[in-house]
Amino acid sequence: MTIEHASRNGQLQQYVAMLLDNQLFGIPVASVHDVLQNPSVNPVPLAPSEVAGSLNLRGRIVNAVDLRQRLSLGNRTVSASQKVMCVVIEHRHEMYGLLVDSVRDVLSLDEADYEKLPSTVDPRWRDVCSGIYKLDKELLLVLELGKLFSELEKDAA
Amino acid sequence: MDDLLNEFLNETKENLDQLDVELVKLEQEPNNPELLGSIFRVMHTIKGTCGFLGLPRLEHIAHAAENVLGRIRDGKLEVTAYAISMILESLDQIKFIISVLEDTSVEPEGEDEGLIAALNQLASGEAPAGDGDAGGDAAPTTVAATGDAGSAVESEQPSETAAPEAVVSETVAAAPAPKPAKVPAKAVEAKPAAAARDDGDKNANQSIRVGVDLLENLMNMVSELVLTRNQLLQISRSHKDNEFTVPLQRLSHVTSELQEGVMKTRMQPIGNAWNKLPRIIRDLANELNKKIDLVMVGEDTELDRQVLELIKDPLTHMVRNSADHGIEGLADRKAAGKNETGTIKLEAYHEGGHIIISIADDGKGLNLDRIKEKALSNGLATVDELAAMADSQIHQFIFKAGFSTAAAVTSVSGRGVGMDVVRTNIEKIGGTIELTSAEGKGSTFMIKIPLTLAIVSALIVGVGEERFAIPQLSVVELVRVTKGSDHKIETINGSPVLRLRDRLLPLVSLRKVLDIAGPDENEGGKSMFIVVTQVGVHSFGMIVDRVYDTEEIVVKPVSPILRHISLFSGNTILGDGSVIMILDPNGIAAKTGELSGNETGLASKADALVASNDDQVSFLVFNAGSKSPFAVPLALIARLEEVEIKKIEFSNGQPLVQYRGSLMPLVTISKDYAIPEDGVLPVLVFSDANRSMGLIVDNIIDIVEESARINLPTDSEGLLGSMILRGVATDLIDAHYYMKLAFADWFKTTTKRSEGAQKTSGRRVLLVDDSAFFRNLLVPVLTVSGYEVVALENPLAAIKLREAGEMFDLIVSDIEMPEMDGLTFARNVKGDPSWNRLPLLALSSFSNPEDMLKAKNAGFDDYVPKFDRDALLQTIDRVLNGVAVAA
Repeated sequence: MTIEHASRNGQLQQYVAMLLDNQLFGIPVASVHDVLQNPSVNPVPLAPSEVAGSLNLRGRIVNAVDLRQRLSLGNRTVSASQKVMCVVIEHRHEMYGLLVDSVRDVLSLDEADYEKLPSTVDPRWRDVCSGIYKLDKELLLVLELGKLFSELEKDAA
Repeated sequence: MDDLLNEFLNETKENLDQLDVELVKLEQEPNNPELLGSIFRVMHTIKGTCGFLGLPRLEHIAHAAENVLGRIRDGKLEVTAYAISMILESLDQIKFIISVLEDTSVEPEGEDEGLIAALNQLASGEAPAGDGDAGGDAAPTTVAATGDAGSAVESEQPSETAAPEAVVSETVAAAPAPKPAKVPAKAVEAKPAAAARDDGDKNANQSIRVGVDLLENLMNMVSELVLTRNQLLQISRSHKDNEFTVPLQRLSHVTSELQEGVMKTRMQPIGNAWNKLPRIIRDLANELNKKIDLVMVGEDTELDRQVLELIKDPLTHMVRNSADHGIEGLADRKAAGKNETGTIKLEAYHEGGHIIISIADDGKGLNLDRIKEKALSNGLATVDELAAMADSQIHQFIFKAGFSTAAAVTSVSGRGVGMDVVRTNIEKIGGTIELTSAEGKGSTFMIKIPLTLAIVSALIVGVGEERFAIPQLSVVELVRVTKGSDHKIETINGSPVLRLRDRLLPLVSLRKVLDIAGPDENEGGKSMFIVVTQVGVHSFGMIVDRVYDTEEIVVKPVSPILRHISLFSGNTILGDGSVIMILDPNGIAAKTGELSGNETGLASKADALVASNDDQVSFLVFNAGSKSPFAVPLALIARLEEVEIKKIEFSNGQPLVQYRGSLMPLVTISKDYAIPEDGVLPVLVFSDANRSMGLIVDNIIDIVEESARINLPTDSEGLLGSMILRGVATDLIDAHYYMKLAFADWFKTTTKRSEGAQKTSGRRVLLVDDSAFFRNLLVPVLTVSGYEVVALENPLAAIKLREAGEMFDLIVSDIEMPEMDGLTFARNVKGDPSWNRLPLLALSSFSNPEDMLKAKNAGFDDYVPKFDRDALLQTIDRVLNGVAVAA
């Protein structure tokens, strides 16, 4: 899926912002279907390590991909108070759940603040991110779904 | 594309398919006015709509064809094969134009003048010079339309002019398929006032068309509703007597009915897959100059549309095959004393969750010799293998790739890319195909397929913390295994097996296969369940921790990122909302194949039950009486013969048969085995020296090469034990026992053979005998008793082994051998320091004192008569366990 950087008014693009290991990531709001809190994920034996399992989204079976595993961030330390969040997105007519640490707001971001990823970023991250937004206090990395799933789909082939 | 045009295309395609069927019918019953009326109307509709939509080329053809039909209807023209051919020709042309229209939305360039002229000529009553398809040259190749159901459409508007407003179409009762029809946005329909005879349409049932997507969507929504209902019920159960109970009950009922109703919308009559066949058969019959009747029974039998789509092509292919290969030409049929017209009978009916489709022809049947020849030339089997095969097994070759027995490749079949694809396609949807054929009488194919792929009954099992669904269809039985129960899991070199009714069932630990953490099954005395599963001929047991319940589950495909895991065929949502995987028994069977492969590799390295290291032995596998197959080392069998039962004689209660100029005694596998009254039976002939005996069997299954490992010794008479050959527990027969039955003096068995697999295990015995027969006979005997046997055919090979540093616990040697006799060998052994301490037993058929003395002088420690197995075992036992050797 390609991301349109030209929004209707020419400037603004909306992203669902989420946190992973204190880093802010964003997914275009149009591709997000749902945000679930602490979904019950049924593990799938023999699945690739990034695939946390399957969950039941109102009668549809959705595979959950743990973004921490996908980005090689190490295991999530789940404290009792903390809740795993699941962002359900659609990619090539198939729904997937992305497990993240927490979900923030939907942000409207100005095209002008968009930049390509600096070449110094970890190649594993460069693999899945298309660019970066400079916010007031922090940076938001834009996740590109096509890149995110290309490895997994390669496994399947 | 324009909605209107789209609508027209869909409708016309369906109408054309129906016309194909009806025209062929018309040829058979030319005086059926209803049929004529209905055909005329359809053609007229096409013409009218084309005119309205501005499709001149289509309109002209339809007009010309309609003229011919009109003349026929008015009785001014006779229904002839030529006339029907011409109409079909024009239909093909219409189909071609429509297919182009579908792609480009415009009519293709071109002229149809030849065709139209021929039609006009026909309408004017001028018969063509020659019979056949005179006008056909003008028509391009037939392009098959892809529409499904046929429903003749007519409207209430009796006007010739097209009406632009929406019209609800009706399905004509004569149409083979009552199919959901849809309300066309601007369907345009016209009907001639002249169509007087439409009595048959009065009881037409009303139906509307809906898109398949809509139905699929509905189906998904209903599944969701069912799940929500289940959740609500679960909550309600925990709060007794609340006010929700009653409305919930009602909701539950309505939901169930809704689910059922929606499921029904997916069902379509199988006739939809058949309606092209009459035309195909007609054309084929003309082309091949045969007369063929296609009889269809049970067109209304319904099945899931998804399944229907998948079997359409295989069915068409098989019917074509029957017409091309099965039914003979006119002359041949006459010569065979059959009716000139061959019959192909298609039949469909329901049988417990399955639909059975049979395709039977009364043609020439499969030609066994031709199949054999072909199998040989394709290298699929050897002459010996073929000789040992039952007819039904030979028939199976037609399902192999690249197999066609048609002498000549025709335009329809004979290219050998058929039946294997058919079988693969049918098996893909969980179906089976069986074939019976009698030469000269015809062949019958039986296809069994599940009614629906979407909802299956499944057994829910638990492994560790997780649950899985196993399709009920592949589950044969459940066995509970606890510490104290009769059934327990045993291991052969680490591979679990279960003794189930005297057979060995290989087991697969789902925990291991699925890589689920938890304690090993073999530890602790907790109870477990074995799900006995059958995949093809392969049966095996899956070890699971718990069995929950059976549930009707909605099968959903796995997401692309998990599709590479072959062990799962899908996933589903249970009543409690959790998602579980559906296990694919085929995938697991493939996995067990790998497991058992490893097991053989390991076992042959250092197991006590090894016969001769890495030695593959060919076994002949056959059926006789009981359900489980038997095996015998192929080398023991001298010949395979067939004996006519009528020729069996009896002498003193012993069945005999004249064989190569002398009488050969026959034995049966057990006393209970009844020789059939009539027919021909395969007989395994065993012989040694001048004596032969025959063992009567039902049929010979296969020749299998396996390492000679007997997994399970037995005390049953006539059996050496059982072993697993190609995944099937097989009883290994004791040829020696049967020879004893035939010739009381062949072997002298007095006592039961010594037991002692424990104390003898690991002892290595070197057996030297030039007779392959005795080597093959003694190796299993010694193996079962726990010895590891190396069998050699001459002493020179033994000496080589000695030089290679091999060590044994005992040597058993024949005396009479060609290159080096036993006495010389004994002297050699005793004269060399590495082996001179080994006990040496002589094995000979001569047993007078002089011989015994000679043997003793040569260095043999003891002497065993060759035909006494028990004496041999006892002597070996005695010698090895240090008992003083008798002088």
